Parts: sequence; structure tokens; C-alpha cells
Amino acid sequence: MPDDWQPTASIATLRERARLLARVRAFFAERDVLEVETPVLGHGGSTDPHLDSLALTATTPQGRERLWLQTSPEFHMKRLLAAGSGSIFQLARSFRDGEIGHRHNLEFTMLEWYRPGFSLSALIDETQALIRHVLGRNPGPCRQRRYRELFRTQLGLDPFTVSLTTLCQVAERETGMDLHDAERDACLDALMAFVIEPHLGHEGLEVVIDYPASQAALARRHPDPEDGAAVAARFEVYWQGVELANGYDELTDAEEQAARFAEDNRERQRLGHSEVDVDVRLLAALEAGMPSGSGVALGLDRLIQLALGKASVAEVMAFATPRC
Amino acid sequence: MATYSTNEFKGGLKVMLDGDPCSILENEFVKPGKGQAFSRVKLRNLITGRVWERTFKSGESLEGADVLELDMEYLYSDGDMWHFMRTDGSFEQYAVDKKAIGDVEKWLKEQVVYTVTLWNDNAIAVSPPNFIELEVVETDPGLKGDTAQGGSKPATLSSGAVVRVPLFINEGEVLKVDTRTGEYVSRA
Repeated sequence: MPDDWQPTASIATLRERARLLARVRAFFAERDVLEVETPVLGHGGSTDPHLDSLALTATTPQGRERLWLQTSPEFHMKRLLAAGSGSIFQLARSFRDGEIGHRHNLEFTMLEWYRPGFSLSALIDETQALIRHVLGRNPGPCRQRRYRELFRTQLGLDPFTVSLTTLCQVAERETGMDLHDAERDACLDALMAFVIEPHLGHEGLEVVIDYPASQAALARRHPDPEDGAAVAARFEVYWQGVELANGYDELTDAEEQAARFAEDNRERQRLGHSEVDVDVRLLAALEAGMPSGSGVALGLDRLIQLALGKASVAEVMAFATPRC
Repeated sequence: MATYSTNEFKGGLKVMLDGDPCSILENEFVKPGKGQAFSRVKLRNLITGRVWERTFKSGESLEGADVLELDMEYLYSDGDMWHFMRTDGSFEQYAVDKKAIGDVEKWLKEQVVYTVTLWNDNAIAVSPPNFIELEVVETDPGLKGDTAQGGSKPATLSSGAVVRVPLFINEGEVLKVDTRTGEYVSRA
């Protein structure tokens, strides 16, 4: 008989968790944002080259079909937006293969919400308000930092213009990794993860904006006012060195979206990852017209972990994956 | 030998790093907001015993190390090498050199079973049982009547180890000692 049948969170913590979930719902109820529930399974999956989706085979009226466990509720929620839902939020169970650690669990709760008509900065304000509301206190002043500026001040280099050779050398020196033949984004990710992130959000919330265009995912791109370099209309919220939320000025152009999916799958192939079925219904929804606006996904387990001062997300989940 | 990708790393896996066999202690998944994932790995170098921390890009791989940990009975020393014998009925003997014996030399006792780590069939490390019973060969005379509290004194054991023992212990007595801390536990 296994002796690890006990939950990874104490019952007292689960009570706290329930109280914080109620606060999330109260926050959106007051703002007239509709709570929705969308499927955990989909015919399409995330093509993001750095996400590993889980797939399963199910019997449906179409016969045996491959369905994908969603890495976030994004595609289904965008189809609701295109169908005229207006502002919506969801507490969605999401799945990412291989992601288990102090801050990750294979299945986790994503708090995702969409605000048609909101600018990115309006949504940044609302994300801070949500975090304050859930914590029941002010985590300190909120600062906005440009991605480019962070690299300049902490590493003395411009991440957009530095040569790949120099970037690789700096990344190897700072992280001790073998990156001599690494690509630009791999070096930037390594520096972000090991050098910059640990310093973010220790005096309050820190919001990083203007990511490199190559890291736009499903965000629009716009020119950097400084020199016209393309940047992603994307933000990330950090607190106590932990990434909590990731928001976009959402891409609404079906053609551009289809091109990015195809680009992702080519990249997956190059990296030796299997191709993921593209969500053609999302593309059809974008074609039909999705209202422009902003959306954000927040790792709720992490926020609860930090709010309760726990050392890992497993301690705020009833049964983390190793014990499920 | 097989190679192992970061997603196969787990505690206890033996891999080659910088030419030395290592045992993985911990593997922490690290990922910035979006983008590339990394594995921050703690490994014990099985030759030096030192703990290394290294970071790998997700999907990188390391060659497996042909490492076995086997129970072996200590037989004798010929001055240069220490000789052990497998306890699985094969009676196969292995000679262990000074470097591999290291600090364990002071805990060696004939007929006791040790764990011998083999790499490519060569002994690279020996670990003693957690508790071992050894005779006191040298200590100051015991104090009569003092059976519980107060003071300690050094005692040399038959294996050469020196441990602190209570004042009432005499030469010729057999003691139970914790090899991890080098501390006296009780009379055997």
C-alpha cells in the first residue's frame, strides 16, 4: 500500500484556497464579467513550440478522434468573443506535459479573462486590481519595465541589436550553460529566467512590456517608439521573482494567425517536436470577426501560493501530479 | 550506453558529466514566462563526492554512466589495495584503491557488508553501513560508578577510527557507532 495517499495541501490551506477563489469570482461579478466554462478537450491544440500538449483518443460520433488537452482556455474563449459574448472570465484547468516543479504542475488552474475594447494598459491596471483584491492587501507600488530596458540596466546590452555572438557569450557567462550554438531567443530566455526574473517584483508588482517580436505568440506587434523595431504588445506581471500573468493585445487577424500557427509547426518540426493539429474553428471565428481588445492569463495556483506564503504550488493543490 | 534527455532526468539516474560519472540528486523545471524551458540539475560526482549544479536547455541529453552499486563483504587489505567480495553467491572479488576507499578506511571491519560503487566494473567508492560495531583498543581507564552523565573522552577503535565516548567505557568493550556522524551510539 502506498503511504503517500495524503493531499499535498493541508485542509486548512484548501479552505484558504476556496476563500481566495470566491474573491476572484466576486471581483468579476462586480465588474459584470461573465463566468464561462469551456472544454478541457479540443480538436486543436497549442502550436507554441515551447509547450508540450497532451493528446488522447476518444470515441465520438465521428469515430475515433484525436483530441487535445488544452494548454489554456484561449482558443475556446476567443470563439465565444467572436460569437458576441462580451467580457468573459474562466477558472480553467489547463495541462502542459512535462511541466512539474516548485512553480509548475502538469495540470493547473488558469485564470483567464478577455476584455473587448480594452487597451493593453487598461488591462494591466485591471490585472493589478485583481491581484490586490485577491490578496486583500496592497503588494506595494507597481512599476512598468520595458523588456529592452531590463536587459540594458542589468546586463549592459540591448537585446534587440546585440550581435548573436556577444549574446551567446554573455548568456554562457551568466548562466554557466553551454549556449555556444544557441539561438537568439534561447539566450534571451536563459538570461530572463536566471538573471532578470529573480530580481523582479520584490518591492511590489513589476510589469514587463514590449517583448521582442519573436516572442509575441498570440499578441499583436507594434513598432517600438524608440527606433521602430517591432515589439510584441504583450505584458507579464511579476511578484516576488515569480511570473504571475501574461497578457496580450490580442491578434484578431485570421490570416496572420494562420501564418503564425504554420510558422510554429515548422519550428516544432525543426526542434524535433511532433506537429499539433491547428484549431481551424478558431481561425474561422477570427475570419468571422473577433472584437479587438486585450486578454490575460494568470497562474492562479502561483498567486495563491504567494498569497499564503507557501514554498511550492503543490502545497496549495489538493493532489499535485506526483500524487494524483 | 544510452543517452538521457532532460525530461528523463530523475533522482538516482547515473549520467556522465565532464568525463565523470554522476548521480542526479534533483531536477528542477525552470521556465520564463513564455519560451524555452530549462532543467536546473543537482548532481553528485561519484568520484569526488562533490555536488555540482548545472543548467540544461530542455531536450539536451547526457550519456548514461555504467554505474552499479553492489553489496560486498570486506575481506582484507594487502597494504596497497582493499579487497571486497560480492555477497550474491558469485564470490567475485574486487580490489579497491586508496582513492576509492577514502575516509571509509577508518570504518573497515572484516566480514561486514559495504556498498561498493562500480563504474565500468572498477570500484570508485565504498560506503559503510550506517551503524557498525567495533572494539575499543585504546582509551583512558573507565571511571567506576559514572554510568550516565558527565564528560567524554577519546577512544580508538579496532578499525582506527577515534570517537568520543562516555567516561565509563573501557578497552575491550564493543561499541555501536554511527558512521555518518562518527558518534558513539551505545554499548553493543
